[in-house]
Amino acid sequence: MSVEFDRKIHDTLGDANLQLAIYTSTARLKQGRIALVGDEALPDYQELRTQANAIKKHTIENLDHYLEEFERNVVARGGKVVYCKDGTEVSDFILGLAKERGARLIVKSKSMTTEEVDLNERLEHHGLESVETDLGEYIMQLAHEKPYHIVAPALHKTRYDVAELFTRNLHVPNETVIEKQTMLARRVLREKFLAADIGISGANFLVADSGAIVLVENEGNARLTTSAPKIHIAVAGIEKVIPRAQDLAVFLKLLARSATGQLLSVYTSFLAGARRPGEIDGPDEFYVILLDNGRTRLLPDREKRQTLYCIRCGACLNTCPVYRKIGGHSFPWVYSGPIGAILTPQFMGVSHEPGLPFASSLCGACGEVCPVKIDIPKILLDLRSDVKKAEARDGQNRLEKLAFRVFAWLMTHPRLYEMAGRIAASLAPGGDGKWISSVPAPLNLPPVRAWLSQRDLPPPPAQSFREQWRRRQ
Amino acid sequence: MVDQLFPKVGMAMASVLEQLGYQVDFPENQTCCGQPAFNSGYRDEARTVARHFLKTFENYPRIVVPSGSCTSMIVHHFAELFRKEPQTLDRVHDLEKRVFEFSTFLTEIARVEDVGARLDEVVTFHDGCHSLRELGIRNAPRRLLAHVRGLELREMQPSEECCGFGGTFAVKFAELSGAMARTKLDAILETGASTVVSLDPSCLMQIQGALSRAGKPVRTLHLAEVLASR
Repeated sequence: MSVEFDRKIHDTLGDANLQLAIYTSTARLKQGRIALVGDEALPDYQELRTQANAIKKHTIENLDHYLEEFERNVVARGGKVVYCKDGTEVSDFILGLAKERGARLIVKSKSMTTEEVDLNERLEHHGLESVETDLGEYIMQLAHEKPYHIVAPALHKTRYDVAELFTRNLHVPNETVIEKQTMLARRVLREKFLAADIGISGANFLVADSGAIVLVENEGNARLTTSAPKIHIAVAGIEKVIPRAQDLAVFLKLLARSATGQLLSVYTSFLAGARRPGEIDGPDEFYVILLDNGRTRLLPDREKRQTLYCIRCGACLNTCPVYRKIGGHSFPWVYSGPIGAILTPQFMGVSHEPGLPFASSLCGACGEVCPVKIDIPKILLDLRSDVKKAEARDGQNRLEKLAFRVFAWLMTHPRLYEMAGRIAASLAPGGDGKWISSVPAPLNLPPVRAWLSQRDLPPPPAQSFREQWRRRQ
Repeated sequence: MVDQLFPKVGMAMASVLEQLGYQVDFPENQTCCGQPAFNSGYRDEARTVARHFLKTFENYPRIVVPSGSCTSMIVHHFAELFRKEPQTLDRVHDLEKRVFEFSTFLTEIARVEDVGARLDEVVTFHDGCHSLRELGIRNAPRRLLAHVRGLELREMQPSEECCGFGGTFAVKFAELSGAMARTKLDAILETGASTVVSLDPSCLMQIQGALSRAGKPVRTLHLAEVLASR
């Protein structure tokens, strides 16, 4: 584990206000989901999950086919598809287009994919103004922070934090009423929508058979982003493609329920192509950027590639007892929570943060709530093995490796195992039956110290089970 | 863990099984299922220990385990370890059918819910994550507890949230694990129960360790200890 990862976890755990904010916000989202996927609310929930998983599995196994079909249909509707292998290619394309069209101002609706490639930073670096229009994302942009949560980017900010940010950045009086804060942001953002040259959105789904993108949102900002400016660019990972429009009957039932505890989000938009003759609104130009950025690297592994099934609902974050303690910013990349813990090592390499797959008690809550049934705990286990293989190759963490060799050896030599147990028990304090809070030097090894830093240890019994059993016979 | 730290759990389980008329044997060659190595990413070492387990229990018709987590390791993850050894894999699949978590063995094989136990206490039940989510055990222990005379079960909210143990996680991320344990403690203390019951000694070690550190007079018992009470 890196020092930075350790420090961020420590700092988050020590911040009582932050702990409360994370815990209550995730509890609200978690309870909302539970209320809407129960047997009474949605009797076929488990079947929907199975179907969603099957559709995603089929699509990922035939990704080339569906991407080509999607592209053909986008082009047929007058749009253009751009394949990008990484963030540089994305920003190069957008910058090139902006230069050609003389564009200066960009409005953006919420998109984790663009966060993944630091799109705002790249565009701003070249003198373009890029404004987030989702309220949470807008708050994060003002705070110069990355999203704290896949669905609720400003989940950790209280209304007092937001009041301070608005006062400082928008030069408005201190306003702590949430509705009024929303109106303040709305006033600023409406001007941006009207003046923007380009609108950039993400995409929740890319529908192959109709060449359409689907956007799921609650604030209406994605609709404005994609229809007010003359140019609309949607940026999406290649795994977002689904075969048919009718598959949405499965995914839309699952997405909002899992994400925010809503039956459907407030707006679900189907956008295909640019404005055609006779149509009164819509952009003049429509582009879909299909981003790889490491995704194709996951395809050869039968098990781990199910990571690509993710529809970014965030349910695994809300239910995860680890996320609910360490929050989003402790994670080493933009994707946090259980999905981030399996996605990051695969996109960035296991050495990016070798501690990440281990930052889980393997409680399985994530896998249980995943609407597309990604077996997150299993992938975490596979990644742990990958980390250890990489460490062995690089000659790192030799002491731990040795400890597990000794463990395996003792566990296959029952008599020596018993003797080792007896020695350890004789060294430990005890006798009065009370749980122990410290141990003498020979036992005071780092793992024991780590345990005792938080809780007590059981006193050693006078006799092990096998000794008692032997005596009984 | 039961052998070295909680022998009373093993003795209690044996006594419950014997009272039901089962002949109980303890093969002395047994040690561990290998889960600590497996969960830490050391597959070769886990395989070595799993192979030893497989050999030790080859000839037993029924193997009852006082831990949902160990049971899950055997019935769900051994197969992964021996994926590339078809012959061993056959033995693993045969073993899977013979291994039972204690409460499941009672309700599904022995088909009992009332074992004649008595315990005059208010208890709360902690669902171990692997028991609950990997083995799907939810009702069996509650049905068994419902038949214990004098016992009142008060559910904590939520009962299914992790206690933060997680094997080596508890020491690799000690502070985080401790924070999770303290959240669990809040849920336990809110019930007013004097005893926490679970199917997993490792969860109970985490919970009792945290209770003890916090100076709370609540104790922990394995389900087997409750059912052996008279």
